[in-house]
Amino acid sequence: MSENQNKTGRRGFFKEALALAIGAIAGVVPAIVALATFLDPLRRQSASNNGGSFVRISSLNAVPNDALPHKFPVVADRTDAWNKFPNVPIGGVYLRRTAEKTVEAFNAVCPHAGGFIDYVPSKKCFSCPLHNSQFALDGTISDPKSPSPRGMDSLPVEIRGDEIWVKFQNFRAGIREKIAA
Amino acid sequence: MKNLFDWLDHRSGYRKITHEALFENIPGGSRWRYVWGSTLTFTLVVQIITGLALWAAYSPSSQTAWESIFYIQNNMWCGWLLRGIHHYTAQAMNILLVLHLMQVLIDGAYKAPREINFWFGLVLLLLVLGLSLTGYLLPWDQKGFWATKVATNIAAITPFIGPQVQRIIVGGSDYGHHTLTRFFALHAGVLPGAIVALVVGHIYLFRRHGITAKQPLRQPDAAFWPDQVLKDAVACLAVLAAVLFLVLKNHGAELGPPADPSDSFSAARPEWYFLFLFQFLKYFPGGTEAIGAIYIPGLILGVIFLMPYFGKWKLGHRFNLGFIYCLLAGASLLTWLAIAEDRGKPDIIAAVKETERSAERVKELAESPTGIPATGAVTLLRNDPYTQGPKLFAKNCASCHRFDGHDGTGRPVSDPETASDLKGFASRQWLTGLLTPEKIISVHYFGGTKFKDGRMAKFVGKKLTAPSADLEKVIAAISAEAGLKTQPASDPDMIKVGTTAFKDTFNCAECHQFHSKDEDATAPDLTGYGSREWLISMISNPKHDRFYGEKNDRMPAFGEEKILDPASLGLLADWLRGEWYEATKN
Repeated sequence: MSENQNKTGRRGFFKEALALAIGAIAGVVPAIVALATFLDPLRRQSASNNGGSFVRISSLNAVPNDALPHKFPVVADRTDAWNKFPNVPIGGVYLRRTAEKTVEAFNAVCPHAGGFIDYVPSKKCFSCPLHNSQFALDGTISDPKSPSPRGMDSLPVEIRGDEIWVKFQNFRAGIREKIAA
Repeated sequence: MKNLFDWLDHRSGYRKITHEALFENIPGGSRWRYVWGSTLTFTLVVQIITGLALWAAYSPSSQTAWESIFYIQNNMWCGWLLRGIHHYTAQAMNILLVLHLMQVLIDGAYKAPREINFWFGLVLLLLVLGLSLTGYLLPWDQKGFWATKVATNIAAITPFIGPQVQRIIVGGSDYGHHTLTRFFALHAGVLPGAIVALVVGHIYLFRRHGITAKQPLRQPDAAFWPDQVLKDAVACLAVLAAVLFLVLKNHGAELGPPADPSDSFSAARPEWYFLFLFQFLKYFPGGTEAIGAIYIPGLILGVIFLMPYFGKWKLGHRFNLGFIYCLLAGASLLTWLAIAEDRGKPDIIAAVKETERSAERVKELAESPTGIPATGAVTLLRNDPYTQGPKLFAKNCASCHRFDGHDGTGRPVSDPETASDLKGFASRQWLTGLLTPEKIISVHYFGGTKFKDGRMAKFVGKKLTAPSADLEKVIAAISAEAGLKTQPASDPDMIKVGTTAFKDTFNCAECHQFHSKDEDATAPDLTGYGSREWLISMISNPKHDRFYGEKNDRMPAFGEEKILDPASLGLLADWLRGEWYEATKN
């Protein structure tokens, strides 16, 4: 190979590398910015992830002292991206009054795949209409064939005077552990 | 690894395609003048990438379009940068289109056998302009809303099918949800789809006929890769750098106040690249707009479409170049005229200022703890005394009253000042002016009213000539009734002394009531003076016995006569009192 050819070869390689590098920079910058905005949800914390907060669900009188589950909506302030909605339903809970001043609360969302669990009065059990997970009145899995990986998610309850307050949180579905969503 | 590429090549034939793409022969070697097509392809790709990311966060409806863009701009990671790049790349595209067209015409690349490709290019140009037009509306801010209203009304004057075309584009007879969904479908679906298809055809035809090399050839032939690719890449990077410079300089793209069909917007102007058309239309009197908006632009486009035929003759090529130069010069002149005409207009300057004020204000309100309601951000401005007060004052009060010498919005008033200037009404400073002999008879207080010669003015002129500590206390006591946010609370002892002096020292109670009933009172009741309730009642009916009664001087009963609704009265009173949401400064 003559020296001249070598020079052209080296120059050619330099040009190729430079063309690739500059082209890549020009293409990558807008792509990174687009990706950053697209991945914005990753940095947002859910209300549940912040530990949840106590929400007034109902008065004690509204829950019969019969140890059976009764469904209540959870009404709280909700932020949906740019909108703020004061006092809107954000979920559902089952309340069960087991004694005069004792109430149990379960999140109505199925820990399997997030369906809304029904209470079936004739069988006195909870049943998810999606994949037939069955739960006993205390929230534990009652049918071993249930696909749910854990029992219903119980929620802390406080009786404040004659009002029932529940620390409302959603939990990740599909896993054995109860981890805030 | 080699095996894998062999396998892939066997199935796809990618090596041949890549080779053909990269080793296209360029007669005379690479040149900077050939970069424009590549920069346009680059900007198209940038727009698709940034557009998709924007799409993932945009919500096209009249209550959510502005709001979602506000959220992108102010709350999402790099959202302002993303929107800024999309906005300024769109502008860059319009410039690059003209440069590309000029290069094609000057180099004669439009002549046979490249006619079809030239036409593809022209259609692409129109489609990109369509993207600019449709994209301008999507933020649903005042600017985009009014500019698009004008554009679609122009579409409506198209002979025969105009009104139907307008209805189809607008999605009905009125502007709303369906205008946005349709514009969005055009902007993000139909137009880009057509553009990508045409670009593929454009590049295919370009490759089929090869590059039209600029004569004389300066260097030996070379392949597209790497020499021309390097030049193209540098040009693309330069375009990106220019775009980023503009984004950083202007802190992203502008977002005006949300669209409000009930609010006038005299600063409505199209984006700069459509200003020449906007200016052009001014020269066509009523009934002849179609000539300026449809026929003449149509004729010009027709001539450009026929250029490949004219270009067959040497003289024809010169005609084409002359035509395009004249066109550019004409468009530049019209653009300059449009800008120059607006530059000195006080109305436009005030309208632009007002828009900027509203844009800042709505941001402040949207970031307040109550946030944006489901009815949309426009409600925030409609219920905001700081925004509505000046407008209501200008419309209803400024023909007699002034606010700091102007009409409330900052515009001067040509009518004479025939009632008091209400800036700082009921504040201690304002009352001090009222109770000063030379001031009470000035036009800022009673000078323009019949009260100039009334008992109050005479009283002030005779009795309040010397400064008095008691008078200061009386002023503090009356002003305290208003409970103005801007006024520090005065101490209770001072008010007590002032209230006593009101009666005993100055005998004000002879005419005015002040926390005591007096059937014979002949002047306005000062109990609650300047408070929200007092102001609303006063503006509602100054002829009421509690205020001026029969002595009322020309002031209409805005509430009683239903000139203003209760909400507007409240907004006006709040604004006069300086009561509005203010963000706490950190």
